[in-house]
Amino acid sequence: MTESNSAPAKEVWITGIGIVSSLGEGLDAHWDALNEKKINVDDKRFAPHIVHPLAPISFDAQIPKKGDQRQMEAWQRIGTYAAGLALDSAGVKGNKEILGRMDMIVAAGGGERDIAVDAAILNADARGNSSPGFLNERLMNDLRPTLFLAQLSNLLAGNIAIVHGVCGTSRTFMGEEAASIDAARIALARIESGQSDIALVGAAHNGERLDLLILYEFGDFNLTDKFAPVWQREDKSGFALGSAGCFLVLESREHAEARGAKPYARLTRVVADLAQRKQPGAVTKSLEALWPKLGVGDSGTLITGATGAEPATSDEKAFLRQHPGFAVRATGTMFGHTLETQFPLGLALAALSISRGSLFPPNDPTGLEVEKAGSPDQIVVVGAGHWQGEGMALVEAIK
Amino acid sequence: MSAPRDKLGRPIVVVTGMGVVTSLGAGKTDNWTRLTAGESGIRTVTRFPIDSLKTTMAGTVDFVTLEPFSSTGLTERLAEMATAEALEQADIGGKADFPGPLFLAVAPVEVEWPQRLELGRAVGKTEFDYVDMLHVSGGGRFTAYHRRFMFGSVASYLAEKFGTKGSPISLSTACASGATAIQLGVEAIRRGEADAALCVGADGSVNPEAMVRFSLLSALSTQNDPPQAASKPFSKNRDGFVMAEGAGAMVLESYESAMARGAKILGVVAGCGELTDSFHRTRSSPDGKPIIGCMRKTLADAGLEPEQIDHINAHGTATPENDKMEYNTTAVVFGEHLPKIPVSSNKSMVGHTISAAGAVEAVFSLLTLEHQRIPPTINYEIPDPSILFDVVGNKARDARVTAVMSNSFGFGGQNASLILTREPV
Repeated sequence: MTESNSAPAKEVWITGIGIVSSLGEGLDAHWDALNEKKINVDDKRFAPHIVHPLAPISFDAQIPKKGDQRQMEAWQRIGTYAAGLALDSAGVKGNKEILGRMDMIVAAGGGERDIAVDAAILNADARGNSSPGFLNERLMNDLRPTLFLAQLSNLLAGNIAIVHGVCGTSRTFMGEEAASIDAARIALARIESGQSDIALVGAAHNGERLDLLILYEFGDFNLTDKFAPVWQREDKSGFALGSAGCFLVLESREHAEARGAKPYARLTRVVADLAQRKQPGAVTKSLEALWPKLGVGDSGTLITGATGAEPATSDEKAFLRQHPGFAVRATGTMFGHTLETQFPLGLALAALSISRGSLFPPNDPTGLEVEKAGSPDQIVVVGAGHWQGEGMALVEAIK
Repeated sequence: MSAPRDKLGRPIVVVTGMGVVTSLGAGKTDNWTRLTAGESGIRTVTRFPIDSLKTTMAGTVDFVTLEPFSSTGLTERLAEMATAEALEQADIGGKADFPGPLFLAVAPVEVEWPQRLELGRAVGKTEFDYVDMLHVSGGGRFTAYHRRFMFGSVASYLAEKFGTKGSPISLSTACASGATAIQLGVEAIRRGEADAALCVGADGSVNPEAMVRFSLLSALSTQNDPPQAASKPFSKNRDGFVMAEGAGAMVLESYESAMARGAKILGVVAGCGELTDSFHRTRSSPDGKPIIGCMRKTLADAGLEPEQIDHINAHGTATPENDKMEYNTTAVVFGEHLPKIPVSSNKSMVGHTISAAGAVEAVFSLLTLEHQRIPPTINYEIPDPSILFDVVGNKARDARVTAVMSNSFGFGGQNASLILTREPV
């Protein structure tokens, strides 16, 4: 391996957190909801499919211009809103000097379709009314010109730049759950090595979308009929899509100290891999291979984004059984599966728990999650994608 | 012993393998021959009906066929072809054992119309909606479409096929994506995380809805006849870009590692830079400051002065706004040196390969350095009098080229530039 620059890796702090989800918005609302074991699911709207709908939110608070809101579809509004909360939380909102050089890595999927336009085309096709140019004609006439901009993956970052002025650099990673693990990994590596001082990292997901339900239904990944906590889905596996946005402000300790920022926690490590999931137990093996890279002991706390989809969730359970000293919390039970947003959510809740000096209670009738008293000084965050991608992070109290 | 470092004390990043596919052909040899001959790969679309479309031509890669066809499938195939060529040239690692990470620039993935129509027909009714479609989506009938339309699917395929290490990164910075993929590879090597990185940009997304979307934003040329003349960068009568397909792949290595294994060094990625424009979703800030800043950051990253750049591989999309803005900003950065710098746009011949463009044009920039010959900007019959570039119009030009700046600008305020050199600077 080529020797890198001789300077030691810089310490990286989490100095800003923004969350909006089915449980509400902001840190206090989430902390209360987690402690009250609140779960917000809708099993009627897309029945028999279950989703965790976004809590009622007035987007004006973070996206003041209605014109900006109109240019976005829901996933972009959720993300732009959460990004604003994170910037507020870090105390950099409106600070043009810092925002003008702030790096941004967004993990994104794509945007909403106009399902009325789609349905009209598909119905005409089913009635045999489609000449060769029919699709072109309908799309040319019926699509809103700006819808494309609400669909493009990199336009969540674009909207955050426009609305909040984050305009150092802007990169969008794609690839479901793994995209945000890599976003955190690359942001951390860049700050540790001095390539960056401060970065906004996160994702957003609108789980209340028929086109997404269809996409996951292709692989029979959706939870249907009856809600059950993530660890209790052995007889009927699947995930309930959730709406959420979560962003973090990461910065070097020296940068944070120089501006007097108060940290929530330290992000010490992020590791990731891509197992070829062809053999049973591939995810277990991949997670086991990542584990030693965190350098943690035999006991502690672990927050996972386990989806409830199989075989990944059973594989992850097998991995967790190898580490019985760890108290586990699964975000999927409370938030649903938020794809790209699940890993930042795990990092956010880890940092929040460390800063509040306690871990939120278990929410699991199977007994896999156990009570854990005391103030956590280290929390492992785990993400194993529903179809690919595995990763872990270590969030620690600042010494 | 100290490793070879750049002016800023970082590992030098070199290129040891390149591959390219465009509408002009597969591989560096064919592309270079046709590119320097001033040939166009733009043609009237035959892949799907063009009735009712305002723009009917594109730089499609028609010599690659795929069954069943999807844009994501074609993207994957183009990426694979370019990568295989790059790896063969680099002769690095074993079969399916590339010793480093993958950074892939790729268009956003979505379920496409042929599959959506198939799903609609599966409902078996003449009046139905998305809920009815949801009810027939499961049960194993469409399992393959889950994987096909995952955003990470192309990277996953390439990672397995070529044995890249770690978690592969799929990224989009719109029309700057290809340059960003290379930048991520450069940064990983500079951090000492990797000795080698595979950086690929691929785009196979000429399909009806993609063309309609750009058309509705008035971004595409409508000069359909003859299609070869549609893409007119820097011309007064330019009227938009031409969508195109292609892929570019690069094997990056630390100079030290490439030297140690005796690899042939094709060039150096001396500098990368990016700067976000927060002015508007599709338009550049009228003062051009983000683009100016992007180019200056890239010069600083390479440790070069403007006068040391002797060719610019322009973004040059042939939209009225881009070319004007690109000239104005480049003029600010290069000042009195600008008239001495020949500028060309590959997009006049291969069209705009969108997510792949930054990577495709980086490959062409290195071929320019290798052959000391600048590919022309074709269709340059009526120069725009307000764009005073030294455009390499219509015929390739032999020139002494030591350092090329390659620019990429995209929707969402994305600006990225690369500086490529023959030798370490």
